[in-house]
Amino acid sequence: MTPLLTIVVLVLVAIAIWQMTKIFELSQIRASNSQVASETDNKYNGYLMFAFLIFLYGITIFSFWKYSKVLLPEAASEHGGGYDSLMALSFVIIFIVQTLTQFLLHYFAYKYRGDRERKALFYADNDRLEFIWTIIPVIVLAGLILWGLYAWTNIMDINDEDDPLTIELYAQQFNWTARYAGNDNVLGDANVRMIDIDNANILGLDNADPNAADDIIVKELHLPVGRKVNFKMRSQDVLHSAYMPHFRAQMNCVPGMITQFSFTPTITTAEMRQNPDVVDKVKRVNGIRAEKAAKGMDNTDPWEFDYILLCNKICGKSHYNMQMKIIVETEEEYNAWIASQQTFGKSMASAQ
Amino acid sequence: MSVTAHAHVEDHSDDHGHHHKETFVTKYIFSQDHKMISKQYLITGLIMGFIGIMMSLLFRMQLAWPGEAFPIFEAILGKWAPGGVMDADVYLALVTIHGTIMVFFVLTAGLSGTFSNLLIPLQIGARDMASGFLNMVSYWLFFVSSVIMVISLFVEAGPAAAGWTVYPPLSALPMAQPGSGMGMTLWLVAMAIFIASSLLGSLNYIVTVINLRTKGMSMTRLPLTIWAFFVTAIIGVISFPVLLSAALLLIMDRSFGTSFFLSDIFIQGEVLHYQGGSPVLYEHLFWFLGHPEVYIVILPAMGMVSEIMAVNSRKPIFGYRAMIASILAIAFLSTIVWGHHMFISGMNPFLGSVFTFTTLLIAIPSAVKAFNWITTLWKGNLQLNPGMLFSIGMVSTFISGGLTGIILGDSTLDINVHDTYFVVAHFHLVMGISALYGLFAGVYHWFPKMFGKMMNKNLGYVHFWITAVCSYGVFFPMHFVGMAGVPRRYYENTAFPMFDDLTDIQVLMTVFALIAAGAQLIFAFNFIRSIFYGNKAVQNPWKSTSLEWTTPVEHIHGNWPGAIPEVHRWPYDYSKTDDNGEYIIPGQDYVPQTMPLYEGEEELQH
Repeated sequence: MTPLLTIVVLVLVAIAIWQMTKIFELSQIRASNSQVASETDNKYNGYLMFAFLIFLYGITIFSFWKYSKVLLPEAASEHGGGYDSLMALSFVIIFIVQTLTQFLLHYFAYKYRGDRERKALFYADNDRLEFIWTIIPVIVLAGLILWGLYAWTNIMDINDEDDPLTIELYAQQFNWTARYAGNDNVLGDANVRMIDIDNANILGLDNADPNAADDIIVKELHLPVGRKVNFKMRSQDVLHSAYMPHFRAQMNCVPGMITQFSFTPTITTAEMRQNPDVVDKVKRVNGIRAEKAAKGMDNTDPWEFDYILLCNKICGKSHYNMQMKIIVETEEEYNAWIASQQTFGKSMASAQ
Repeated sequence: MSVTAHAHVEDHSDDHGHHHKETFVTKYIFSQDHKMISKQYLITGLIMGFIGIMMSLLFRMQLAWPGEAFPIFEAILGKWAPGGVMDADVYLALVTIHGTIMVFFVLTAGLSGTFSNLLIPLQIGARDMASGFLNMVSYWLFFVSSVIMVISLFVEAGPAAAGWTVYPPLSALPMAQPGSGMGMTLWLVAMAIFIASSLLGSLNYIVTVINLRTKGMSMTRLPLTIWAFFVTAIIGVISFPVLLSAALLLIMDRSFGTSFFLSDIFIQGEVLHYQGGSPVLYEHLFWFLGHPEVYIVILPAMGMVSEIMAVNSRKPIFGYRAMIASILAIAFLSTIVWGHHMFISGMNPFLGSVFTFTTLLIAIPSAVKAFNWITTLWKGNLQLNPGMLFSIGMVSTFISGGLTGIILGDSTLDINVHDTYFVVAHFHLVMGISALYGLFAGVYHWFPKMFGKMMNKNLGYVHFWITAVCSYGVFFPMHFVGMAGVPRRYYENTAFPMFDDLTDIQVLMTVFALIAAGAQLIFAFNFIRSIFYGNKAVQNPWKSTSLEWTTPVEHIHGNWPGAIPEVHRWPYDYSKTDDNGEYIIPGQDYVPQTMPLYEGEEELQH
């Protein structure tokens, strides 16, 4: 029944459009019927071009006014500040160029709309003009490239200076596991061929590797504030991507290889919850959730802000819900937490 | 070169007198005439486009109203939407097939296939393509590939669902998702055939442009459309074979147990035997085509926009030589920037630096093109036909979408927006919408040449203005969704309370998308109606200088009834005046390419 109704509606819409054009055509009986733009067409479409320019500026202003608040809060990592500044600069450049070029394009379309009296200017070339608009992008882009590459090299330089914490992020359909390197801060060898689900060796650690015994496997990521963290990523099945938007951090997890990313968290979860932007956002979201609860919908528990690790590479059916909570806390809190976790060696011993 | 071309011309015009006997089959189905093949490409492309856009509406509705039941879902998706609620697997299948169809079947074959076939022989002054037979084979391979792609939608376990990039291992392992079974096999077969079709077409275009130009048609007298098609064909020939190798290796991994792209995999409780392969290798091979592919999509649109803008501005295109140089520069750079899709794939970060550098370089020729288009409008006498409106719209979306490329091409900034809706917004504006506008501009402009009829201009205006407003309505706010950190290809965002306050943006975008799709029905109606009931076209409705408008309105095999016209000037002598400020031809603001230079007339720009 529904498909039939849909078809009927579509047919009716088509007929309506057909009739409307009929009326339109009949009302313009005096105009020539060549279907080439007439003086009137040029005039009205010229005006519309100008109106469209206003629409473009309007939607830009509207989006900024209405949607700026949904953007991510300040970066919670050391390199994140520099990232945000580079992003801001790029946006300033983009908006200057966008505002200017769209103005010229649409204003010219309006100003020089066709007119019987008008004579177009035969203007085919101007080397100086073309040189100018080649060299300006060259200079601007050179600046952006230099800054970008400088930042990139720093972010991607993953080394063992400053006593980093080593953590493995392990991805599988459709959840995350984290492995801390333990007291020796060295991850034990691991391979999917050594996975032994029955004996709780879910990450395939090498029992014979002494570095593995003190590794700690957990389902929630705790990071001490102010200490550099070197992440080693693995995946056991398909591509995943470890995306930590609040830290401006992301790296793919690739089966068969170990990828890495490094950052230093600078704001604890508790501090971030006090951030005015975050307070606002939580209030707004909980308002929405309360409304939904009132309508009797599910998934409406009040939300408390937390850093989050998302999967950002299509990985299958539940890709949209592959997440892990990240908690950034003080050194003491972290030490207390890690001390309460069981090491791999102990869990193996208790399993046997 | 022109000697050979001329010789060819002569012997063709000789045998023009005796007509081949045309049957229905040779005229409309297995036609070797480039004009008919171009129409076949266009109509197949538009039908595929209809399917692709329908799919986008379905998943946009799911994104705006996650988990809600819609009768239309159940009507179209059947068992994939039990009770009208869309299933998560079919959501992924929809985005995958939407991407595949729009990129390859609509914007590569539908755009380049249609207009390269139509315009190359007509604008360079040739009787047909270099090989009419290969041209026919090319179309029918495309047709077969389209049919296989559509058939894959009806496979028991569902069509391919690993994203249009079909990265292994997800695409290689049927146990990773249902779509990676038969659906993916058909996807790969369809793409392999598509690539063969594309290569045959491209080789034909290249040979035709090099060899069959009429007397006087030097490379610097070619319309920019031909330059764009020519260079597009070259990058197609360079990069499509690499995708074929990726597809073949993936087929081997899937069906014959090789390990090109797979290693160390534990899935559903067992270790697989694969060892030593790398998914990153696949990403390199895929994007070695994948990136040039976006220029294969956009260059023909750019070429047509340049031509249509010059005609309707009644002015020469500004900076003809710079336009050619920028096409060449874009084509060259497009083959060495693929790594910007892989900054965070795990490849060596130093490679990331190199690709950032080459990627941002591409902004320079792109900027030159944008400024040249704007200057072409300056002090023109703009005839705002629907084709012209879409051309102006194309420049607008190309600028808006291209500018955000500065962010995505920068490896540092890419880290946090990679694979988010920011990317989706960027490429839809810069290559999706822009190339579609190029397609529409081309259809409105050359419809009289294709069908001998005019399209209704008022419906064209309605179509343009609704589409222009709605496409910005969909994709401008989308940047904010991406900047908020929402990943693409999420079936719903409700698993993350931090995205709850973005739902109203999703609703806004979906409403705009639905209206925009409705506007395309106006186009479809106008297109079909005009074929049968449109006003009869005159020979040169837009008062254009180029050669295609010297052919008769009624199609004939061989294009020109008599000898092929000789070319004496470049195609952009619009509003050219003599020393007294009078038009070269009194009372006419354009000088056809076939008009010899007057005594003392300076031939500019080539």
